[in-house]
Amino acid sequence: MDSLDRKIIKLTQSGLPLVPEPYQWLARQLDISAEQLMRRLEAMKNAGIIRRIAAVPNHYKLDYRFNGMSVWDIEDAHVDRLGEHLGQLDFVSHCYQRPRHLPEWPYNFFAMVHSTEQAGVERQIAEIAALLGDYNRGHEILYSTRILKKTGLRIR
Amino acid sequence: MALTALEKQLLNDFQHDFPLERRPYRAIAERLGVSEQAVLEAMQALHNQNLVHRIGSIIQVNKIGKSMLAAMAVPTSALTEVAEIINQFQEVNHNYERENSLNLWFVLIGENQSHLDAVVADIEQQTGFPVLQFPLLKDYFIDLGFELDLSDG
Repeated sequence: MDSLDRKIIKLTQSGLPLVPEPYQWLARQLDISAEQLMRRLEAMKNAGIIRRIAAVPNHYKLDYRFNGMSVWDIEDAHVDRLGEHLGQLDFVSHCYQRPRHLPEWPYNFFAMVHSTEQAGVERQIAEIAALLGDYNRGHEILYSTRILKKTGLRIR
Repeated sequence: MALTALEKQLLNDFQHDFPLERRPYRAIAERLGVSEQAVLEAMQALHNQNLVHRIGSIIQVNKIGKSMLAAMAVPTSALTEVAEIINQFQEVNHNYERENSLNLWFVLIGENQSHLDAVVADIEQQTGFPVLQFPLLKDYFIDLGFELDLSDG
């Protein structure tokens, strides 16, 4: 990745304009051709730097306003296998293995769930608990009560 | 919320792959059997209603830098003050209050681990409360297009 790639990321991250030739429009800001810009974007997609180029919906506005960060204490020997399984549930948007901080934090698995209603979140948590069975040694849902800061990615 | 059929299609079908070609809106229009102008207008309508944040590139942060989830247990009386200190760091991307004894959860993004370590030390020193670090050990999800910006710390 060179400085041009970084500039391209910064520019495309903040959004493509709603004009017939958006890549041309962006390329002009960088003083390169649309073809050059698209080739760079393609290369960064192939390298996994850009996960995708996409319309980013506002899930909150689209009624998926109930979300919870669920945290689980799963036996280490089984967390990989079960994690793969949970990652395939359509209501789990993100799930990760993270370190415990004993004794106050026994949880090693985080799964973000989303629903259009509170009861939906609770059903989803019950579904995850059922899937984990005895491998689940405890869990909690951390609802967010306030967004204190939310910004896009900044790249220097 | 009343969405037109075209707006729904645009929301559902183009969260994953927006065409990487000279006239992407025309490519979408051809696939949906409508005009390029109709697609542009529908996108504009979605944007105006704040139903679509933007059309843009979604970055895998850990390929170009390092991100990490962190949490703190802060007494309610000090919460606003501590949050203000944390939010001043440009490395702090999200900051949520959550219902837990660990009640502040934020994502840090930096150039590398030592950069993040320095920010954590700085936050601890300025707030007087310890920061628990929750680095990503492994992710398992399939990217279905749910966008949480960079909550994948």
